[in-house]
Amino acid sequence: MPRIVTIIIAVAVVGAAAGWMVSAPKPVPDDVMAGLTGDPARGEQVFWAAGCASCHAAPDAKDDAKLVLSGGYRMESPFGTFVAPNISPGPEGIGDWTAQDLANALLAGVSPDGRHLYPSLPYTTYMHMQPQDVADLKSYMDTLPASDTASLPHELGFPFNMRRGLGLWKRINMNPDWVLTDAATPEIERGRYLVEALGHCAECHTPRDATGGLDRGRWMQGAPNPSGKGKIPAIDPANLKWSAGDISYYLETGFTPDYDSAGGQMTKVVASMARLQKSDRDAIAAYLKALP
Amino acid sequence: MKYGIALVAGLMTAGILGTSAISDSHADKAVLAAVKARQSQMTLYAFNIGLLGGMAKGEIEYDATAASAAAGNLAALSKLDQSRLWPQGSDNAALGDETTEALPVIWSADSTIGQKAMEMSEAAVALEQAAGGGLDSLRGAIGPLGKSCGSCHETYRKAQN
Repeated sequence: MPRIVTIIIAVAVVGAAAGWMVSAPKPVPDDVMAGLTGDPARGEQVFWAAGCASCHAAPDAKDDAKLVLSGGYRMESPFGTFVAPNISPGPEGIGDWTAQDLANALLAGVSPDGRHLYPSLPYTTYMHMQPQDVADLKSYMDTLPASDTASLPHELGFPFNMRRGLGLWKRINMNPDWVLTDAATPEIERGRYLVEALGHCAECHTPRDATGGLDRGRWMQGAPNPSGKGKIPAIDPANLKWSAGDISYYLETGFTPDYDSAGGQMTKVVASMARLQKSDRDAIAAYLKALP
Repeated sequence: MKYGIALVAGLMTAGILGTSAISDSHADKAVLAAVKARQSQMTLYAFNIGLLGGMAKGEIEYDATAASAAAGNLAALSKLDQSRLWPQGSDNAALGDETTEALPVIWSADSTIGQKAMEMSEAAVALEQAAGGGLDSLRGAIGPLGKSCGSCHETYRKAQN
């Protein structure tokens, strides 16, 4: 065998081995939930703040039907269509998950069987959650009704159907730092947590780069709708001229300052935000006004 | 002056001709009139909710009489007969997004828009009863109305850019 071929094969083998190692799923530490007890009442607020029902309730569910997390919402993207799974506390859902399993999914994007989850579960946001909030969320979700609806597979083409590749994607796109580095008041700090750790507003309102990760340099500056139809508006201070009171009231009622009302996917967001404390909606508004 | 009148007359003629080029049949005019009428109804909703929302936000001082009147208007508007406002072919696919944001799915066989309109009317009637009962009573009743607006706009109006 010519020497050059040997070298090429050796480089390829070493490269593949290195790629395999750096793309390995990395769960959270085993003790991340140690000593934490969940409070379901607090967990309910985490549940609405994190907008779980927007994707995991049946797409036409209203009011208390939103608590049946049967899945089925279809999220179209340039990579294919993601189908939200059943996450209700039953055999078809995640009834057998431990709090540690939920922490792995939300904080590390890793499933209980140790594989990468797709970032359609917005773990680049949820990775900023406090473990106590994960514990509270878990204890609340355990009180919800079970659904026997089977989860459907995502509809992704090659190579995006290869989960292993997500290891590299995560290395580029999982950033532990806050985007708003300077939270000047406790209210803005709370708003930052609600937006950057729970509400995942940026997942739609921030444009994505070539890898499909959020372009943090253009935070909340609006983006094409990933479905390919229409645009999602910019909500940074340069573009959204609403007062903080207007933003908070919109999140409560869906009414814009002109008393038009929210439509499309944002109605689901408002339905969740309406269940928060007013102080939390005010904090989100204060955060948005504090962005550069 | 004569020149001015001639210019105005000419522009008016051009305007009429321009309009007639877009919609040259009686049926088209009827469809566009229906679109205009239902958009006017939406404008009246917004105008009346504006007063109540302003009070709820604290931008306008609460006044029980004015709040009751505005909420009464909303309830009355919600009871208007809708049968001529939504003719077939008055959707955004047929008329363009500039003319209407009403999606064709409104007219599909499994459309629930009639039921949603009834829910909206119930919320408006509840608001009419609550609006004069103090600011907290008003605030509490606006939420369900906003939700009913959204439940229609979520499915039946083109998502806004």
